Amino acid sequence: MNRREFGRLAASGAVLSLSGHRAFAADWAAVVDAARGQTVYFHAWGGDPKINDFIVWVGAQARQHFGITLTQVKLAATADAVARVQAEQAAGTTTGGAVDLVWINGENFAAMKAKGLLFGPFADTLPNFALIDTMANPATVTDFTLPTEGYESPWAMARLVFEYDTARLTTPPLSIGAMLNWARANPGRFTYPQPPDYLGLTFLKQALYALLPDPTVLQNPLADAAALAPLWTYLDALHPHLWRKAAAFPANEPAMGQLLSDAEIDISLSFNPGRASAEILAGNLADTVRTFVPMGGSIGNASFLAIPFNASQPAAAQVMADLFLSPHVQSRAQDPAILGFQTVLAIDRLTAQDSQTFADLNLGPATLSPADLGPALLEPHATWMTQISAEWAKRYGLT
Amino acid sequence: MTKAGLLRASPALALPLLGLPVVAGLAGTIFPAFHIGSTGPDLQAFTSLAAWPGLTRASLLSLGTGLASTAVAVLLTLLIVAALHDRPAFGWVRRSLAPFLAIPHAAAALGLAFLIAPSGWIARALSPWATGWLQPPDLLILNDPWGLTLTFGLIAKELPFLLIMALAALPQTLPDHSITSQRLRLAQTMGYGRIAGFALTTWPTLYPSLRLPVLAVLTYAMTTIDMALILGPSRPPSLAVQITLWMTDASLTHTEMAAAAALLQTGLTLLALALWRAAEATTARLGHAIALRGLRCQTLDRATPAIAAMAALMALTLTLAIAALALWSFAGPWVFPDIVPLTLTLTAWTHAAPALTATAATTLAVAAMATAAALTLTLTWLQAEALFHLTPVPPLLIYLPLIVPQVCFVPGLLSLSLHIGATGGLASVTAAHLIFVLPYTYLTLAGPFRAWDARLATTGATLGASPARIFWRLRLPMLLAPVLTAAAVGAAVSVALYLPTLLIGGGRVTTLTTEAVALASGGNRRLTSAYALLQTLLPMLGFALAAGLPGSLRARRFATGAP
Repeated sequence: MNRREFGRLAASGAVLSLSGHRAFAADWAAVVDAARGQTVYFHAWGGDPKINDFIVWVGAQARQHFGITLTQVKLAATADAVARVQAEQAAGTTTGGAVDLVWINGENFAAMKAKGLLFGPFADTLPNFALIDTMANPATVTDFTLPTEGYESPWAMARLVFEYDTARLTTPPLSIGAMLNWARANPGRFTYPQPPDYLGLTFLKQALYALLPDPTVLQNPLADAAALAPLWTYLDALHPHLWRKAAAFPANEPAMGQLLSDAEIDISLSFNPGRASAEILAGNLADTVRTFVPMGGSIGNASFLAIPFNASQPAAAQVMADLFLSPHVQSRAQDPAILGFQTVLAIDRLTAQDSQTFADLNLGPATLSPADLGPALLEPHATWMTQISAEWAKRYGLT
Repeated sequence: MTKAGLLRASPALALPLLGLPVVAGLAGTIFPAFHIGSTGPDLQAFTSLAAWPGLTRASLLSLGTGLASTAVAVLLTLLIVAALHDRPAFGWVRRSLAPFLAIPHAAAALGLAFLIAPSGWIARALSPWATGWLQPPDLLILNDPWGLTLTFGLIAKELPFLLIMALAALPQTLPDHSITSQRLRLAQTMGYGRIAGFALTTWPTLYPSLRLPVLAVLTYAMTTIDMALILGPSRPPSLAVQITLWMTDASLTHTEMAAAAALLQTGLTLLALALWRAAEATTARLGHAIALRGLRCQTLDRATPAIAAMAALMALTLTLAIAALALWSFAGPWVFPDIVPLTLTLTAWTHAAPALTATAATTLAVAAMATAAALTLTLTWLQAEALFHLTPVPPLLIYLPLIVPQVCFVPGLLSLSLHIGATGGLASVTAAHLIFVLPYTYLTLAGPFRAWDARLATTGATLGASPARIFWRLRLPMLLAPVLTAAAVGAAVSVALYLPTLLIGGGRVTTLTTEAVALASGGNRRLTSAYALLQTLLPMLGFALAAGLPGSLRARRFATGAP
């Protein structure tokens, strides 16, 4: 796509999405005008060189089409950016803050929103937001069951998948129940990240979906901690057969991925269905690694971008959030050779040319097709996670 | 004010300069811990902390690993210096220290972890021909619940630091004709073993120069996060790690508990320091008792080869750890039980190479400015203290930034910097670095500076030299080795600072460490290794200079006949 086409598309997006709201389109043009020449400090987890490179590429697009300079502030943990904004709020810094745009999810979002640390609502005024089908994909407007209310804009879909190496394991266990039997037969070859790590907790929530007689209760606040009993029974049975007999756990997703490539375990977890493909293509993972999801689907959610209340460049930050939603950027993110992130856009809302771009992407060696990936299960209400986390620490967190 | 007046007043002037950030950092910990300024003051945070079932174990882990690793590292330092100080092997020890000192703690831990893990290098070297392992065994080596691996890692990393401190102080303690070396020779002629003779005659005069570095090592071991995360237990982790987990908890609901735990951690560290001082006194009494009984302890000398072997083992461990990182940075696919990667690739380095330019320059600039400021302050205070017989700057004030957990201390510092309008940038970051570099330059230099033989100054003065001339032409040149070591240590500390750089700089200042820590959180072993080596490179140059420069300067002065 050349530069002019891209600009036209960005402009037409505004008209398309908000026909009848001409004032909005005019407002947006003003936002784009104000953004020109600004620098956006984008605080984002910096642990994956593929993502860092992708952000550099998005920055080049931003400079070319909108005259915006995008600078990634690489974080080890999103909490570090939250801490900065919190300190600025406490010190009365209401403008000129250090963070313009932040990659955020779940609890961090809930906490920042509750403390009034976020700018907005802005997400639904972004022209490209109209390309999202929020009815068909409610995870784009709910973050851990909390309505986003326009205070953050989605940019990538995440799904829990299991990774395994076909060189060592030919038929993986395809359900939570089967996983227990498999672990019994193959002691020491599976584990999960230690809660409160989010991936470890996601595995436990996935297990709950399979273990509860009626999983729909997960969408309501947890009324009685006794509802978690099936999970503890399951873990009591599973733990003796885990890696290190559950005396130690990997710290997080990268640590667990390392265990898989070191052959210390045979099944690993990831919250990105395209991670294995992208890592294989980057030469970091054996090309025999494949992915699977339990029958009935796996937990899915979205990654979001938010703007702090005191951002130095809120206009340019919004233009960036919109750019992240453009089909051009989304399809590059989904390319398995780049990131393998699933798009948040509804393909049926795209132009024929754009939907063809998505159709032309191959899946990569280890990524499941949308059909094989199955339905995305919604994140349970936040109270479940809090309770699981606290109870897990009590039951298994001490030697 | 005259120059001398300014010098005399410098410690008093420095107090608010240094005290303000320390008080701010401390307030940033105390206020949330007691809910001051929100719902309190109350003790709720402490009540919830007390209710955490892992508290006792986490506290004991911090105390145990801290005291044990420091004790062993100090003992090894004593034995190595005692057994080898007049042997050719000592020169080899001296020359090989720089890379071990320069490698960041986290990198050393990563390398060590890859070395000894069940899927690690040693296991790969022995598999399957010796072990029969076709896949890694399910053995709990890393993250053992007793913290033994962590203790070992701490010893391996702190031993080179204590050795270089001892080496820097030794010329003051053991110049060729001093009383101490006469004592040492006397002990030997009286039939004392070499090791026992050194321990009874020289160590007591050497140790005061080492005391502050030793206390810093103890403090570091008690409060380490990066090494404990990689090597230490997790059910529960040590207190310092748990504080970080609470502080970075996404729900922001554990910050008060973390602050309360940080105060507990501060108390624990002070307790450990007090225990250490008590142990020092006991050891001294023990030494007296041995000396009074006239025990010659010659049999100890038979352990010399064992001690040399132990030193070699530690050096080998660290060397292999660094080599493992180096190999990983070039590795293509590398699976168990292959002892080397299948192919080599430059991918990680092409990724890391751009950082060599701008990022390395920023890192170096901040380190140089912070270290220069820290050295100037340290030397000014020590000189003022010596010249005017002032009471020393209160050590606790200087050491608080080391003792209070950084993750709780830095937010307070950030508040202060925001309130005074320092919103980020190179100057704010350098000022923040100074607060953490200063304790190290001070504790590295104070001992040797005070141990300098003041009679030289008296002699100089009777020959008509001014105090300034004595300082510049006598004291400073003679203390060149410790000064350069302090500079290298300070620079290494600055290069390794993550949280102050990120938070105070507001993300505007990118250093090798902010890049490396962010990347390490993604677990990409190849890229993490490449960055760790880059991080090692800068301080290593510093340490190599510190080790090489005094000798070559001396040689030049002899050659030119300059005084």
